[in-house]
Amino acid sequence: MRILYFAWLRGKTGTASEQVAPPAEVATVGALMQWLAARHPGFAEALTAPGVVRAAVNQDYAEPGDPVRPDDEVAFFPPVTGG
Amino acid sequence: MVRVQQAPFDVGAELAALSAGRTDIGGVASFTGLVRAMAGEQAITAMTLEHYPGMTEKKLAEIEAEARARWALQASLIVHRYGRMLPGEPIVLVATAAPHRAAALEACAFLIDWLKTEAPFWKLEETARASRWVEARASDDQAAARWARQR
Repeated sequence: MRILYFAWLRGKTGTASEQVAPPAEVATVGALMQWLAARHPGFAEALTAPGVVRAAVNQDYAEPGDPVRPDDEVAFFPPVTGG
Repeated sequence: MVRVQQAPFDVGAELAALSAGRTDIGGVASFTGLVRAMAGEQAITAMTLEHYPGMTEKKLAEIEAEARARWALQASLIVHRYGRMLPGEPIVLVATAAPHRAAALEACAFLIDWLKTEAPFWKLEETARASRWVEARASDDQAAARWARQR
């Protein structure tokens, strides 16, 4: 599974992207967030503020209950501020 | 048409190209977003836009398709830059062409409102002392919400 981090979340994890192989029970966006939080204390800290960390699975916005699969591209980022 | 690019663009040339060689278009509406020199009391020296390559193009194409499904447009254009830019430089251009003004103006407002909440871009402001990531505004969410379809 390929994980991407954008904007200030990248600073929290110290990496823009990483390849991970979470266990099979990590099957949703929410479960993946908790699993990644155990690897990155800065990511865990960002998760403590509700609604701040948004997600996309294969380049579509996703909610915590949405499924993730081993070959997915999953991105985490703060609310967007373009335009 | 959707373009995501680092290079600056010429608003006049973009708008002229939208209706070039056509006599069926009745009006072109546009919005250009520029880098402001001030954020509240703070002087901004530069702005860097980060984006999610791939998802950005996908989302902008979806937003454009939604506008064209809702309004009878004859042409539409979204140009959004990424990278570092200075105050006064253009960040984004949206333009719409239609036989009459209402469709062009409404679709243009829709495009910029939706783009601000849907397209994966993040702004980093630089001041003389530090850099900081711009926070999302609730007013942008409210602006986008007014285009929610009545069900």
